[in-house]
Amino acid sequence: MNELLELLKQNALESPENLSKMLGLSIDEVKQQIAAYEKEGVIRAYQAVVNEEKLDASLVTTVIEVKVTPESEGGFDRIADRISRFPEVDSVFLMSGGFDLLLFIKGRTMQESFSFVSEKLSTMQGITSTATHFMMKTYKQSGILMHTGEDDERLKVSP
Amino acid sequence: MNDSKSLRNRITKTVREIPRSGIRDFFDIVSSREDVISLGIGEPDFVTPWHIRDAAMLALERGVTSYTSNMGLLALRRGIAQYVEKKTGTAYNPVDEVLVTVGVSEGLDLAIRALIEPGDEVLYHEPSYVSYNPLIQFAHGTPVAIQTKKENGFRLTRAELEAHVTPRTKVLLLNYPNNPTGAALSQQDVEDIAAFAIEHDLIVLTDEIYDELTYDRQHFSFISVQGMKERTIYLHGFSKAWAMTGFRMGFTCAPPELTEAMMKIHQYTMLCAPILSQEASIEALKKADSDIAYMKAEYKKRRNFIHASFEQMGIPCIYPDGAFYAFADVSKFGMTSREFALKLLDDQNVACVPGTAFGACGEGFIRCSYATAMDDIKEAMERIARFIENL
Repeated sequence: MNELLELLKQNALESPENLSKMLGLSIDEVKQQIAAYEKEGVIRAYQAVVNEEKLDASLVTTVIEVKVTPESEGGFDRIADRISRFPEVDSVFLMSGGFDLLLFIKGRTMQESFSFVSEKLSTMQGITSTATHFMMKTYKQSGILMHTGEDDERLKVSP
Repeated sequence: MNDSKSLRNRITKTVREIPRSGIRDFFDIVSSREDVISLGIGEPDFVTPWHIRDAAMLALERGVTSYTSNMGLLALRRGIAQYVEKKTGTAYNPVDEVLVTVGVSEGLDLAIRALIEPGDEVLYHEPSYVSYNPLIQFAHGTPVAIQTKKENGFRLTRAELEAHVTPRTKVLLLNYPNNPTGAALSQQDVEDIAAFAIEHDLIVLTDEIYDELTYDRQHFSFISVQGMKERTIYLHGFSKAWAMTGFRMGFTCAPPELTEAMMKIHQYTMLCAPILSQEASIEALKKADSDIAYMKAEYKKRRNFIHASFEQMGIPCIYPDGAFYAFADVSKFGMTSREFALKLLDDQNVACVPGTAFGACGEGFIRCSYATAMDDIKEAMERIARFIENL
């Protein structure tokens, strides 16, 4: 992938000045390229990777496997789009294998997430079954280790 | 004990007269301080790739804890021969031309001890890795340092070689890509130096441990030149590109007579390289291409960053082609390298290595390693900028 995008995926807050030094581009070139990515929708958003467990009221993440009946027109896209529009839904993926859609739901409590599944999701037309899992702990997310780092054990000066 | 029998006087003159490494000296100073950002580290900041560590653990689980053949595990030597042929186009027989050593450090020691008799001259270039000069002296050879120049990008030229060769010159010791300058050679440079070695009938020791780490051009090896394999000991190891420094794994490739000679010393001093490290290295050669590519891409961004930052500060620094060092020229501040490095450490808690640790001609320079996390490099560059503003 493009090096600029790789760097922004690691740290979206990296300054154009630093990016220009790393990539051997001018600051203006970096700014223009980022603006182009934003305009083309290559970059959809900039978000922080948050360790929810450090927060007093952490969110509950629910992972749901959904089987659906594809529609004759639109296949999986229409139902996936309808599901995506619920604000509770964090991510939606179309999968190969034993089920069709994989959903990640964020809720304040398990009860809240369960209500979403039983009241809003299962009742949607086209959904034939759901399997609900609650996420217990996050070890790594978006390439970031959430709990452990690897300490630098090297000598401070070496040949 | 009277003076003549003091312990110091019982140590050989050769060892007594070799000064402590400038690196060790500086290490002691840096170690006494807290929260130092160090650009003084000559090893990768990456941990050895997981699958290589896993291979070492699996070997331990299988109870692989014995000696190996003095030469090293044949499977590893085969892997090394394949790797070297792929990189350089030169084929070595894994049975009698490849020797597994404990780091390139041991390989160099073996090569020099196998070849040098008292009074033989060894040509090498400075600034250089810290062990070259002492190893030659331990073998009672005469080190002849050629001072490479900033205006040549610290590349060794044929003219400089011609000016230093004598009838006593037996060995030419080379290290490109270079620690500490970051210089790498073009194919033409390599061919010129090789022609010189052939014309003067010298044995060449080429330490190419940084061969994977060139950023703007493909590395061209001395053993790729016609007529060089016959007179060359090629030294390489897993420390840098595979981030395996603590495994202490190196190897030599050389004609059977030279390999046998080095093997004799190796078998009586080291017996063999540690078997777990050898097992890990077999894995490293099999499937670490993507790991190397990843680390190299990271180094390249840091190289660009550190070079651009020095330029912005008005500190001249040759564009480092290889390895992971920037050799910055701080002579204009009117201090020695050591004074500059000490004051920088004192004022801003940033450690770098004075150029003089790599030979007298390193005066006026500091070595900054970019085998350092990008965030630390950014912070260090800001601190250096603040430091020089107040000079």
